[in-house]
Amino acid sequence: MSGFAIVIMVIGLGIIAWLSARAKAARLMYSGGNASPPREGAPRPRSALHSLPSYHGWYVGLWVAVPALIFLSIWANIMPGLVTEKVLQDPAAMALPADPFTRSAILGEARSIAQGSAATAFDARANDLVEPYRAAQHFYSIGGAIIALLLAFTGGAYAFTRIRADFRARTRVERVVMMGLLIASLIAIVTTVGIVASLLWESIRFFTHVNPIDFLFGTKWSPQSAALGYGNENAFGAVPLFWGTIFIGAIIAMIVAIPLGLMSAIYLTQYAKPAARAWLKPILEVLAGVPTVVYGYFAALTIAPAMRDFAVWIGIPGASSESALAAGLVMGVMIIPFVSSMADDSITSVPQSMRDGSLAMGATTSETIRQVLIPAALPGVVGGVLLAVSRAIGETMIVVMAAGLAANLTLNPFASVTTVTTQIVQLLTGDQEFDSAKTLAAFALGLVLFVVTLLLNIVALQVVKRYREAYE
Amino acid sequence: MTETSSSALPKMTARDVNVFYGEKQAIKNVSIDVDNDHVTAFIGPSGCGKSTFLRTLNRMNDTVASARVEGEITLDGENIYNPSMDVVQLRARVGMVFQKPNPFPKSIYDNIVYGPRIHGLAGSKADLDIIVESSLRRAGLWEEVKDRLKDSGTALSGGQQQRLCIGRAIAVEPEVILMDEPCSALDPIATAKIEELIHELRGRYAIVIVTHNMQQAARVSQRTAFFHLGTLVEYGVTSEIFTNPREDRTKDYITGRYG
Repeated sequence: MSGFAIVIMVIGLGIIAWLSARAKAARLMYSGGNASPPREGAPRPRSALHSLPSYHGWYVGLWVAVPALIFLSIWANIMPGLVTEKVLQDPAAMALPADPFTRSAILGEARSIAQGSAATAFDARANDLVEPYRAAQHFYSIGGAIIALLLAFTGGAYAFTRIRADFRARTRVERVVMMGLLIASLIAIVTTVGIVASLLWESIRFFTHVNPIDFLFGTKWSPQSAALGYGNENAFGAVPLFWGTIFIGAIIAMIVAIPLGLMSAIYLTQYAKPAARAWLKPILEVLAGVPTVVYGYFAALTIAPAMRDFAVWIGIPGASSESALAAGLVMGVMIIPFVSSMADDSITSVPQSMRDGSLAMGATTSETIRQVLIPAALPGVVGGVLLAVSRAIGETMIVVMAAGLAANLTLNPFASVTTVTTQIVQLLTGDQEFDSAKTLAAFALGLVLFVVTLLLNIVALQVVKRYREAYE
Repeated sequence: MTETSSSALPKMTARDVNVFYGEKQAIKNVSIDVDNDHVTAFIGPSGCGKSTFLRTLNRMNDTVASARVEGEITLDGENIYNPSMDVVQLRARVGMVFQKPNPFPKSIYDNIVYGPRIHGLAGSKADLDIIVESSLRRAGLWEEVKDRLKDSGTALSGGQQQRLCIGRAIAVEPEVILMDEPCSALDPIATAKIEELIHELRGRYAIVIVTHNMQQAARVSQRTAFFHLGTLVEYGVTSEIFTNPREDRTKDYITGRYG
């Protein structure tokens, strides 16, 4: 019997339990000398039930379905192991070679044939194991189904006997609902904690190879030379990467994104006619959904060569076709909708009375914007900009395509610089063994990036929160 | 200023004013004169158009996209809806105080000098200091805040905020001050202070106050206009409106029959 059929059966039982429990509770509703529903015109008697009949239904239904389903999901995970165990005790398995690799290959083939996903075995020894496999699988799936159904019946019976007029089924059901919501909200958090733990673990391994001080404050980045056996000393100084990240993401991109985003928000909130706003705002927001790889192409193929030609034309030395400027400009454009929509939100949340007050003093619209709206909206705008910075420094695709790989510590925007994210991609896509310092460096970089963006987000959310409190 | 010249020429006049919000007509054929040395109160039930009409007097309805004003409103004989009339100049001459205190999120000092700065009324920091002190004195707030002019205006109590807003309006030396239910968000003590302030400001500025509190209208005003359903039902000397109204609708409203 397949697992799917069992799940359907358990759910079916749950529905039956729900219906019968509700019916039983409904019969209790007007008990106490008043077993029949009230007649027309007579004063309605108070229901004797603590909880509505459907809560009793849910209570019993959940008792039927939840334990059985939990058991089945555990069973589905441990059954393959139990099956293999049983097969190995079969006399036919005695003939298997001791080499674990061949052994598991033959077992795997036997399993495929037994489940019908393969017709013949590559290794003839697998054929002998097909029958024991089938038998074991049959045994355990039937066993699992019986246990699941027993659980469903026991749970149902236990819950069904508890239905009484004063039984507080609603409180129980609501507690289960609350647990479900709690689990849902914990999943994202637990996942994040797991990611951080794995980052930390690999980073610690990296720091056994390389001194953290050298990593955080060293100015020479050449993991390739370390990989070629020249030693780890002075090969993993990440300062050029941090500088490149800040130069592209926090400086050049923001020089583009902050003024343009702010100005577009001001236009959209203060000057645009409702019809124009109805068109422009969604278009701007759609831009935020363009895959970053598309921006990456644009940066690498269009902007970067143009920037190099421009630099050559005005005579700037060290111009590269993979410049910080090209990546930063395009990243800035990518961030515009983000800044604009945050600024838009904070400008529109400045109370209308503030705007009226200024206009009634005889201020023009632009005076009102500069002297009242922007100062009042500033904390929200700053919060939005910090969030935008944290997005920009974590952005990968544009810089991988347009920013180059040379870890230069330079102020020249036309020169090639590299970023943390670019280097992570480079380090992980090489053909190095996984536990070399070069590969592990990617995790240390990822950890730094994670910590920095986390701090930025915390500060930004605090700023935005404090600002919200001022007007509510 | 002599009694004859000011009573001969009303400060502001409205003739056959109609206001529309989109298709809906909010004000129907209102004609009224606003006097220079009297406080004029607009009373009437909620939604009767008194606030809408008040906002036509300094063209604040311009900020509402769907609003349209017909008819003629003059300030010192000049039509304020003329294309030649600069709305910035108009609002410097016709100031406004709103229902909810709306100080800017700036210091008390900066709230007061906001208007003088944008209109270029002061040449130096010393001039601004003088304006701040005199405006706050006239708004009855100076003694309470003189030691903390750098504190935020939003940190004051509601009544103090409203007096700050009145001081802010006074700072540009307007000729008319419009007050849109200035006490509706305040407690009785703060309200009493604002009413006292209105008494002191009378004569210096033409004051128009919208209120839904009839005792307040009786206390602070010399002229009262009763609005109902977008029309001006009755306009006259306050004491007569309250003791001997000509119209039944006015009488019903004043005696609390509806509204």
